[in-house]
Amino acid sequence: MSADAPLIALERITKTYGMGDAMVRALDGVDLTIAAGDFVAIMGPSGSGKSTTMNILGCLDTPTSGHYRFKGVDVSGLNRDQRALLRRHYIGFVFQGYNLLPRTSALENVEMPLLYKGMAHDERRALALDALDKVGLADRAGHDPSELSGGQQQRVAIARAIVGRPAVIMADEPTGNLDTARSHEIMELLTRFNTEDGITIVMVTHEPDVAVFAHRQIHFLDGRIARDGATVEAV
Amino acid sequence: MLWQTVRLAVQAIFRNALRSILTVLGVVIGVAAVIAMVTVGQGSTEQVTSDVAKLGTNLLMVRPGQAQQGPQPGNPASAFNLRDVEAIATQLASVRAAAPADTRTMTVILGDQNHATQVVGTDSAYLTARDIPVVLGRSFYESELRSGAAVCLLGQTVRKELFGSGDPLGQSFRIKSISCRVIGVMAEQGVSTFGTDQDDFVLIPIRTFQRRIAGNADVTMIYVSVRDGVDTGVAKSQIESLLRERRHIGPGEEDDFNVFDMKQVATILTGITAVLTGLLSAVAAVSLLVGGIGIMNIMLVSVTERTREIGIRLAIGAQEGQVLLQFLVEAIVLSLLGGLLGILLGLGLAAIAAALMKIPFSPNPLVILLAFGFSAAVGVVFGYFPARRAARLDPIEALRHQ
Ligand SMILES: Nc1ncnc2c1ncn2[C@@H]1O[C@H](COP(=O)(O)OP(=O)(O)OP(=O)(O)O)[C@@H](O)[C@H]1O
Ligand SMILES: [Mg+2]
Repeated sequence: MSADAPLIALERITKTYGMGDAMVRALDGVDLTIAAGDFVAIMGPSGSGKSTTMNILGCLDTPTSGHYRFKGVDVSGLNRDQRALLRRHYIGFVFQGYNLLPRTSALENVEMPLLYKGMAHDERRALALDALDKVGLADRAGHDPSELSGGQQQRVAIARAIVGRPAVIMADEPTGNLDTARSHEIMELLTRFNTEDGITIVMVTHEPDVAVFAHRQIHFLDGRIARDGATVEAV
Repeated sequence: MLWQTVRLAVQAIFRNALRSILTVLGVVIGVAAVIAMVTVGQGSTEQVTSDVAKLGTNLLMVRPGQAQQGPQPGNPASAFNLRDVEAIATQLASVRAAAPADTRTMTVILGDQNHATQVVGTDSAYLTARDIPVVLGRSFYESELRSGAAVCLLGQTVRKELFGSGDPLGQSFRIKSISCRVIGVMAEQGVSTFGTDQDDFVLIPIRTFQRRIAGNADVTMIYVSVRDGVDTGVAKSQIESLLRERRHIGPGEEDDFNVFDMKQVATILTGITAVLTGLLSAVAAVSLLVGGIGIMNIMLVSVTERTREIGIRLAIGAQEGQVLLQFLVEAIVLSLLGGLLGILLGLGLAAIAAALMKIPFSPNPLVILLAFGFSAAVGVVFGYFPARRAARLDPIEALRHQ
């Protein structure tokens, strides 16, 4: 891993699903570089390949062809378990549907990534409580997801994503299920983790008023990048 | 991490307590069957062994007639006589004691008490051969035996029936028309393996019996106790050749009597116990198999239900092995729980059975440990497939699962 390499570099990435007539070309030659500390919004119409890109960036999936360099290291050929390790140590996820474990307290949900890091109980507890505190839910540590509102659940999910101090957070439509006020709360949190902790953020969104929180907006169309540029401040 | 995994498994199991219990029912029944059977089997073996020891492991019983049961062809074999008994007792060095016996079921009467019991005509050697101590009074005097005196020794049951808690010594009661004086009481023998009361009998001198009850000079059974250190098989063949000679049986002819070795009873009973234990173990094995399939089924359901959870864990960085372990541990904990319940249930059943059958309750720690290990194995074997399925899920699809 070289120090001056960009955090993320995609080179001519393609992804196809299916075979023959039924073949779908979800990504069709994507080149993309994201520097450490950046805050990127990925936008575009439905089916344009945003989630597919996020899955590859998050090492949940592998490209059909092309190269993915993470911190300068080619990770396109890693096997399942190697990718799991990479995710464990460098990547945090926030999903549209929160994806908290049901019948499991907020605290235990946030602790879970640390469990897989093999951290001792007391340290885990402390870090998880700290993360919950940062998202303003320290007083809800013992609550089950079913006892929390959507916005609160997503904040717990963000606490879970940042608790292991990842290099990057992959958020696929994190505000997709939330109203505007709640969405802005979530974006403010992400912005804070980006600026204060230097965590890189890659986020998919359909909403322009959410996208403006990012420094950079990338537009996808038919599996390609159509437009890529800095967010123009409205002010 | 492992401890965490176990905790997680226990949580998952208790989240669905009722379903978990129904799931492990097969294992519970299988293990309970094994434990109950082996424990009862062991208890009855111990009972048989101690019964045989009580009867005397060096006891031979000689009876007229061939060994096989049913009507004998030709003339019924003639009974023995007292000289046969004397010959066995005096001519064979391997014999410690030989006692004649003839037995009738008769009513004994005292005042308005009457009780049907076994009246055995014999001599003092009977007590030696069968190793029954006299706890009150004394055994027969030689003179009483020779003259055929009307004296008797009581078994504990007869004593209770006729005399209650009173002192029977010197008292007289009636057997038929004989007025019989009690000279002693024998030690309690307890209930035999077959459920018969071994204290329900009266001893009187053989000559008294022959003269005043049977009206002949027959001896229908000879109890022989073999000297310590002498093989009962050797003594048996010595008795056989002596009796063949005395009863004038030609070289080509079959014995018209048989010598029964008490050890044979033990062997037969142990054999029966072994066969029963084997059969029931087979039933238990089938039950465990069914139980295992039940566990596999519920684990597969659980994996499907928790697909999203698995997706989350995988996304967060769980490796295949860790997810595998999680579900495997869950299956093992589940079946161990079943095993534990089964052991408790089995021991409970065995304790009840032991009390009803009046045999010792003797749990075998090794078998319990084995049953525990076996239920863990059921968890591993039948939990592996569902766990592997969970571990191999594609994280993206798992996350998308509703
Ligand atoms: N597992 C799959 N099998 C087959 N086709 C797939 C699969 N996943 C995605 N696709 C296809 O790939 C294309 C890109 O899908 P993708 O999910 O990346 O779109 P998206 O930009 O995230 O859309 P949306 O805004 O609706 O979430 C779509 O045409 C989709 O149908
Ligand atoms: Mg999408």
